[in-house]
Amino acid sequence: MEALVASAIGLMTASGIYLILRKRTFPVIVGLAMLTYAVNVFLFASGRLALNLPPVILPEAAGYTDPLPQALVLTAIVISFGMTAVIVMMALGAFLERGDDRIDMGDPPEAPGRPEGGA
Amino acid sequence: MNHWIIAPVLLPALLAPLIVLSMRHDLTLQRVFSLAGTGALVAISAGLLWQSADGVPQVYFLGDWPAPFGIVLVLDRLAAVMVMLTALLALAVQLYAVGTGWDARGRHFHALFQFQLMGICGAFLTGDAFNLFVFFEVLLIASYGLMIHGGGADRLRAGVQYIAYNLVGSTLFLFALGTVYAVTGTLNMADIAVRVAEMPEGDAAILRVAAILLILVFAIKGALVPLQFWLPATYAMAPGPVAALFAIMTKVGAYAIIRIYTLAFPPGTAATGTMFADLLMPAALVTLAVGAVGVLGATGLARQAAFAGIASMGTLFVAVATFSPEGIAAALYYLVHSTLAGAALFLVVDLVVARRGSDTAGSALPPVAQNGLLAALFFAAAIAMAGMPPVSGFVGKLLVMDATRGEGMALVWTTILVTSFLMILGFARAGSTVFWKAHASAPAEEGGPAHRPEGLALTMIFALIAGLVALTVAAGPVHGFLSDTAADLLAPQAYIDAVLARMGEPSDAELKGK
Repeated sequence: MEALVASAIGLMTASGIYLILRKRTFPVIVGLAMLTYAVNVFLFASGRLALNLPPVILPEAAGYTDPLPQALVLTAIVISFGMTAVIVMMALGAFLERGDDRIDMGDPPEAPGRPEGGA
Repeated sequence: MNHWIIAPVLLPALLAPLIVLSMRHDLTLQRVFSLAGTGALVAISAGLLWQSADGVPQVYFLGDWPAPFGIVLVLDRLAAVMVMLTALLALAVQLYAVGTGWDARGRHFHALFQFQLMGICGAFLTGDAFNLFVFFEVLLIASYGLMIHGGGADRLRAGVQYIAYNLVGSTLFLFALGTVYAVTGTLNMADIAVRVAEMPEGDAAILRVAAILLILVFAIKGALVPLQFWLPATYAMAPGPVAALFAIMTKVGAYAIIRIYTLAFPPGTAATGTMFADLLMPAALVTLAVGAVGVLGATGLARQAAFAGIASMGTLFVAVATFSPEGIAAALYYLVHSTLAGAALFLVVDLVVARRGSDTAGSALPPVAQNGLLAALFFAAAIAMAGMPPVSGFVGKLLVMDATRGEGMALVWTTILVTSFLMILGFARAGSTVFWKAHASAPAEEGGPAHRPEGLALTMIFALIAGLVALTVAAGPVHGFLSDTAADLLAPQAYIDAVLARMGEPSDAELKGK
C-alpha cells in the first residue's frame, strides 16, 4: 500500500511540476491543482497509513490512526481551494484585459525589458 | 495568561470583516476605522514590546489547551520587535495611502490591509509550525488583493505570476511540514526542538530533507537567490504604498529562518550540523550581488527600488548565516533599518512616478512639482538603502561586517563593499537623470496633470526617514536590546520550557471527569 500511495504522490507531483512550467495560465493552474492534490495525500500519509482503525478514542479499539494529519489536510484543502479560486479569477481578469492568457509578461509598453522568471 | 498577546491578531481580524460588511460604501468611515485600528495596533505592540523587555517568553495557550496539543502564541523579544515594526510601518503606509488617494482607486483597500496585518502579526507571534503556514496564507491572500489594487492589465498579469509562484511555495511548505511531522510527530516549534535534539541516528537523513524544504520555503518569502524571481515584477507593478508594506513581507521569511533555525534546528544539532550556514552564506552573497547589479541595470525607478530590496535581503542573510550572537543582532538591526528604508524608497518613487507620469529612469522628462524636495527625499532614501553614512544603513552594514570577521572575511567584505558601491552608482545615475537632467528639457506646459496637495503623503515619507535617523541616533540602546534578543534566540531553553511548561498537567476534561 505504501508503494502505491508513494508512487501516486510522485506521479501527481511530477505532472504538476511539468504543467506549472507551461507558458499559459490554464495549464499552470491545473498544474497547481495537481500539486495541491499530491500534497494533500502526502500530508495524509505523514501520520502513517493504517487500515480500519479509529482516529478517536474507542474502548474496544485495537489501535489508532493518527487524527492530526486529517485535520491538517482539511485545513490545507480549504486553503488551496480558496487560493485556486483567487488565481482563476485573477487569470480570467488578466485574460479579459489583455486578450491572451500567456503567463509571461511579454513587453509591456511602459516597462521595457522582460521581468525575470515566468513562475 | 496575558490576553494582550492575541490582540495584534484579533484586532485586525475583527476590524476587516466589519469594514467589508458595514462600511463598504463609505470611504471616510473606512479610513477612520482602519486608521484607528492601526493606531491601536501601534499602542498594543508598544505595550507588548515593553512587557517582553525583561526577556521572559510569555505563552498564550489558545483555548487553554496545553502545548503541544493546542496551538500557542509566544511573545518574546524577537516577536515583540517584529510586531512593533509591522505596526509602525503599517501606520505610515496607511496614512500615505490616504494622503495620496491610493485607497480610493479600488475597493476594499482598508479591509485587505487589515487582513494583511493580521497575517503578518500572526506569523510573528505563533509558536506552531502549521499555524505559521496558516498565517502565511492569510498574509498572502490579502497581499494578492492588495497587489492588484487599482487594476490594469500589467498589474493583473504580474499578480498571476506572483500568486502562481507563491502557491508553489505554499505547496512546498506543506510538503516540508508533512515531512517534519512524519519524522518528529509534532508541529509545535518548541516540541520539534526537543524531539530533534533526541533524534535517533537513522532518522537524520529525512530530518535534513525536511529542514532543507523548509528553508527553501522561507527563501522564497525572503527573496533569496535563486528564488527571488517573483520579487522585481511584483514590487514594481504593485501600487506604491502596497510595495512599501511588502517591505515587511520579505522580512517574514527572514524572521522565519531566524526563528526556526535557532530554535528547532539550532547550529549544534547533530543531524544537521553547519549545513544551513554553509548553504545560506553563498546564497546570501549572490543575492546581494544580483540585487546590486539589478539596481545598476534597472530601467525603471520602481524596479530599481525592488532590486535594492533584494540586495538588502542579501545583506541581512549574510548576517543571519553566521548564526552567532553578533551576527543575529546585526541581522535584526539591519532588518529594522532596511524595512523602514525600503518603504521610504518605495513611497518616494511612487510620488515621483505619479508626478512624472512615467517610471523610466533612463530618459529626462520635464521637472516634476516640488522637484528639489522629492530629489532630496530620494537622495535620503537611496543613501539609506545603499548603506552610506550618516543614516542607519551605514551602522547596519558596519555591524554585519563586524559580525563576519574571521574565516571567509575577504569574500564577504569584498562583496558587501563592492555591492554598496554599485548601488550608489545605480541610484546616483537614476537620480541625476530623473531630477537634474530634467531641468535641461522643456518645462511642463500649462494644464498638465493637476497636482494635488499631498502634505500627508510627504509627512509620512519624512516620518519614515526620521525613523531611520532615530535608529541611527539610538543605535547603541537599540543594538543592545537586539543583542539581548539574539542571545535569547541562541539559548532557546527558556522559550522551550515556557511553551512546554504545562505538558504534564491534567486537562480540564480530565479534571471534570474526576
